Amino acid sequence: MAKRTAAQNIPDTARLDRSVAAQCVDNQASDAQTFDAGIHDGQGLSHDGQLGYEGLVRTSEDGMRNLSLHVEGVHCAACIQKIESAAYKYSCVRKARLNFSTGRVQILWDGAVALANDFVRDIEKQGYRVTPFNPDMDDTLDQKTSRHLLLCLGVCGFALGNIMLLSVGLWVSNEETMGVATRDFMHWVSALIAIPTILFSGRPFFGSAFSALRRGRTNMDVPISIALSLATGMSLYETVQSGEYIYFDSAVMLMFFLLVGRYLDFNTRRTVKQDAGELMQGMNKFATVLDGAKTSRILTRDLKADMIVLVTAGERVPVDGIVIEGQSDADVSLITGETIPVEVRVADYLYTGSVNLSAPIKIRVCKAGEDSLLSDIIRLMEQAQQGQAKYVRIADRAARLYTPVVHVLAICAFILWWGILGSAWQDALIISVSVLIITCPCALGLAVPVVQVLASGILFRRGIMVKSGDALEKLSAIDTVILDKTGTLTTGHAVLKGVYDPEIMRLAASLASHSKHPLSVTLAEARDMDLFEIKDIRDYPGQGIEGVFEGKRIRIGSRVWCGDDNAGGMAHDQNASHQNAPDHNGADHNGPELWFSGEGYKSVQFRFSDPVRGDAAQIVQALKQAGLDVILLSGDRMQAVSDAAAQAGIDKFVGECSPVGKHDYLRRLQSEGRKVLMAGDGLNDAAILSAADISMAPGTAIDLAQNTADIVFMGQNLSPVLNVYKVARKTQKLVRQNFLLAVFYNIIAVPLAFSGVVTPMIAAISMSGSSLVVILNSLRMRVTL
Amino acid sequence: MNILVFLIPVALLLGLAGLGSFVWCLKTGQYDDLDGAANRILLDDDEETTDN
Repeated sequence: MAKRTAAQNIPDTARLDRSVAAQCVDNQASDAQTFDAGIHDGQGLSHDGQLGYEGLVRTSEDGMRNLSLHVEGVHCAACIQKIESAAYKYSCVRKARLNFSTGRVQILWDGAVALANDFVRDIEKQGYRVTPFNPDMDDTLDQKTSRHLLLCLGVCGFALGNIMLLSVGLWVSNEETMGVATRDFMHWVSALIAIPTILFSGRPFFGSAFSALRRGRTNMDVPISIALSLATGMSLYETVQSGEYIYFDSAVMLMFFLLVGRYLDFNTRRTVKQDAGELMQGMNKFATVLDGAKTSRILTRDLKADMIVLVTAGERVPVDGIVIEGQSDADVSLITGETIPVEVRVADYLYTGSVNLSAPIKIRVCKAGEDSLLSDIIRLMEQAQQGQAKYVRIADRAARLYTPVVHVLAICAFILWWGILGSAWQDALIISVSVLIITCPCALGLAVPVVQVLASGILFRRGIMVKSGDALEKLSAIDTVILDKTGTLTTGHAVLKGVYDPEIMRLAASLASHSKHPLSVTLAEARDMDLFEIKDIRDYPGQGIEGVFEGKRIRIGSRVWCGDDNAGGMAHDQNASHQNAPDHNGADHNGPELWFSGEGYKSVQFRFSDPVRGDAAQIVQALKQAGLDVILLSGDRMQAVSDAAAQAGIDKFVGECSPVGKHDYLRRLQSEGRKVLMAGDGLNDAAILSAADISMAPGTAIDLAQNTADIVFMGQNLSPVLNVYKVARKTQKLVRQNFLLAVFYNIIAVPLAFSGVVTPMIAAISMSGSSLVVILNSLRMRVTL
Repeated sequence: MNILVFLIPVALLLGLAGLGSFVWCLKTGQYDDLDGAANRILLDDDEETTDN
């Protein structure tokens, strides 16, 4: 546990003499993240033969097997075919269907349960990451609601068409040309269509209005429900009386447009909810349970207290537990934000989400799933996000102001005409209904969702996923952009730099191929010729790896460990990491490094660098031109940070910043009243990502960062940061225009309705017209981008 | 105007037929994966069936 002190010593201000410790922080952070990627790849391979998926198969009465999986990385038609045909290869498979929108694959087959593992392995071989389908993410209920809304919309659309057919006839004629009997007949047909429709399709509004009223509150649905019932009730009364005040068409059209807005809005929210569910998806993995000599793979959520779980090197600890066997290092950055691995011994407590780095260990389960610390942290983060969500969506603010005004206006209209001016109550009521309809918040209700749906669609097609509906709204208000260095401004993949002696290179690569350390993996991959056979491999956690080649002992690892014997003693220092030795030879190198040494060989330094993303300079320039303040914030060494900043053309940069330091820096900016966009990818960025006003993470980021961020972007470039900002500005401009249009319409229409010159039918037409104008204006989103 | 007695039910029936097919599509889940459906156009049906 002494390793922790290293990070506590990190100075707030950048001082070169302490740069060593700070450097560890960042290097370890990037290690952790590469390890994380390694886990996913390794998961399928290391447990060949017993993936554990057979436990998820459900068997129906007729012997049909059913398996649901969640597949990530599906993005085109070829993916659908690859995945489905991977299953169809087995002749017993009856049906394999991939839902492109949700990434859920359902396989139905008629054969052995164990085939489940083969399906998973085959799909993984195609290059997709497979996880068990999380029942928490099962949105059957939402899907039902969505279908219900669509059904209401369909029925309403049918009714609208038919009533309009009749209404057109009624509008163009009068009693003389049509005759009272025909007119009444058409009114009755209208009533016959409209009343069941309003009762059926109006349920979403009536239900919501009723429950709001019961709680003593009011919402947008209350005036809508009142207007609908009044218009329908009075029309029915007039129909029975053979009267003239018949407005079934208005009522149904009103409802149709309202349903369109409601449906779009619901679906945006549903997508957001689904994305949030992905956070829990990370926990829905398998754990290897030891029961005597027997091992089995079960879902982490099915783990019970006192079970013994085997955690292999590189695997994420699936559950809170106490170590009962083995010794290793663990990356606990997900839990504490601490980025230097801690040493783990027997009787130490390990939290869910830590990553076991060096050697296999056995743990006894203490708390599982819902009770575990990771769940607590997720809950805390949710609370933090809710607390931060003081931000009221512009549509809600409008609605809050709007509803009371609408009611008061309608009542005033009725009192004025009936009580003071002494009109017939039907006339007064109709004027009052006209006011309710004409002020109907359709245009307002559509103003935001239509634009946001269009904008998200455009961004999605460019590989940018917007996770929360109000993200674009918040994004348009930012004035500061903070970029993380490793993995965000840079690609996050270390590249071997320089030219080395081929023989040494080959030897080093051979040894490196036995290590899971990300730098070793890069080194091993950099060499594509045949590798030597190395014997007697021994892994020294936190230091490096040693082996014997032709009777000679060789090592790769940290400078101290591979260096001369004097320095070797320091390797026991708990600060030991691959890069923290005092600089001699190679002092000009700022990036990560690996050392090779051996009996009869000269020590060689392998240098790695993390290149800045290709278009970084261009994008930073464009962001600056847009009037944004661009800041580079990193935990890396000052020199490395300033180099990267210079390459990208960023003048403001802060190096050697711990996760806490980053958080403080952000808070300071926010207390100055700045609105900050944070783009980051690492575990150490998770806290600041959720604290920033709006956050982005690249698709290569760790799960937690991706889940915390409001926006996730794909690809090798930084351009999405600029793109999404531009789209957000455009979106907000259109939303504002839409509101202006809606308000402008109201300013003209309300006095007209109030003065009684507008019938409900005209009110409905002008109301629909205003909605149409708003939709058309929103469609400009597509044209101009 | 007597023609209306014939025409209005015809219009309604046609409308109802449309509504019926819409409800059928909805119930059989054809609106559940619109992006997937758009992509599936590009797939070769024959290939899939021979695989099966």
